[in-house]
Amino acid sequence: MGEGRKVSEFFGQVVAWLTDPANWSGSRGVPGLLRAHVGLTVAALAAACVLSLPLAVYLGHRHRGGLLAISVVNIGRALPSFGVIGVMFPITLAFALIRSPLGYWATLVAMVVLAMPPMFVNAYTGVSAADPALVEAARGMGMTESQTLRRVELPLALPLVMAGIRTAAVAVVATVTLGAWVGYNTLGTYIFVGFAQQDDVMVFVGGLAVAILAVLTEVGLGGVERMTAWGPARRRRSVD
Amino acid sequence: MTLAQERPTIDFGWIADNLDEIAEATLDHLTLTAIAVTAGLVLSVALSLVALRWRGTYAPITWFTGVLYTIPSIALFTFLVPIFGLRSILTAEIALVSYTLLILIRNIVAGIRGVPAGVVEASRGLGMTTRRIFTDVQVPLALPAIVAGVRVAAVTTIGLVTLTVLVGQGGYGVFILRGIRRQFLTEALVGTLGSVILAVVVDTALVRLQRVVSPWARAGR
Repeated sequence: MGEGRKVSEFFGQVVAWLTDPANWSGSRGVPGLLRAHVGLTVAALAAACVLSLPLAVYLGHRHRGGLLAISVVNIGRALPSFGVIGVMFPITLAFALIRSPLGYWATLVAMVVLAMPPMFVNAYTGVSAADPALVEAARGMGMTESQTLRRVELPLALPLVMAGIRTAAVAVVATVTLGAWVGYNTLGTYIFVGFAQQDDVMVFVGGLAVAILAVLTEVGLGGVERMTAWGPARRRRSVD
Repeated sequence: MTLAQERPTIDFGWIADNLDEIAEATLDHLTLTAIAVTAGLVLSVALSLVALRWRGTYAPITWFTGVLYTIPSIALFTFLVPIFGLRSILTAEIALVSYTLLILIRNIVAGIRGVPAGVVEASRGLGMTTRRIFTDVQVPLALPAIVAGVRVAAVTTIGLVTLTVLVGQGGYGVFILRGIRRQFLTEALVGTLGSVILAVVVDTALVRLQRVVSPWARAGR
């Protein structure tokens, strides 16, 4: 059947692309783009952690701002990252912030906005939902506010905090791809250029790379999350 | 790099001049969303029925839909392009539908399973058949959870539809992409806010709908 041949031909071209050394060097090579892709992802996640976690932990500890938490996650879900990039692009260009690659700041801001809601909500929920009996017991033992927070509430909340970071990381590593549309070269550059040149193979390679990266992020951070759950969960069981 | 221009401002004149196109994009955006959520709901109901009937299938079904959910939508587009072509509505819709499945199936199954066993027992005691218990007792009681899932799926899909412009579809993404190309703040802002407003409107409409279909329950979160 003709169709069958076309499929094998297509994958043959993909393999040929992947084994071409020219695609593995230079600024448009896989390693270079991967570095830029992961670099911006890490920067955005770090900034989002700094901006969201302290406030979330504080509010969770005080059991205040539950409505804020829900609103943040709802707005976050409705706000399209592609739109935020598009809005930030002309703004960041006009203010010509520090010398940086084209599209860097627009993409970074959009990614921080994308990462903050899941981080905030999970950290808030984790701290505010820490077993009240244990918090009471900690107070009864004479722990100060900050000791209760550091030794009881935070360890109990850690798995959820990590779950928030994982959710944010998977979303950001997938969405940084769109930076290519404002000139910041990521793995999405293959998709952007491939679309423009009607090059199925290049488009597919870009998508494949992004998908693999997203799955690895999910699996890797999922593993870290289970490690954080192990200690406190075991201790909690032995207390009971 | 001499791209930086004058201070970006909002050009209300542009908005006034392009109301027709904005209305058209709104309709396109809504249509793409409605098709995806409806198809997603039909598929999810079918898969949920399978998962409820044969318990062992729930884990593999959520695993598979979970993988689909993890694969970025833009990556999914690129996998579908070689099959359906660059400007096909199928490329867009299949990616959108695959994103709704996990959300919907989880809520449907959890909703049905969450019906208290005592209620089901009482219905059986009244002589209802298993089938009638399902349609007349379990499904109505699960509706708040199911609608909650539809709300999340709809809001998520509305956001994702801003990307279907990349595979040649309409909707607010058209403004965003053109706004980027021309570095025109107003147009990108119209596309972004349009999508957010549409999400809020649809979400509110679904809350209303839920109050109508299950007036005894308070709106689920």
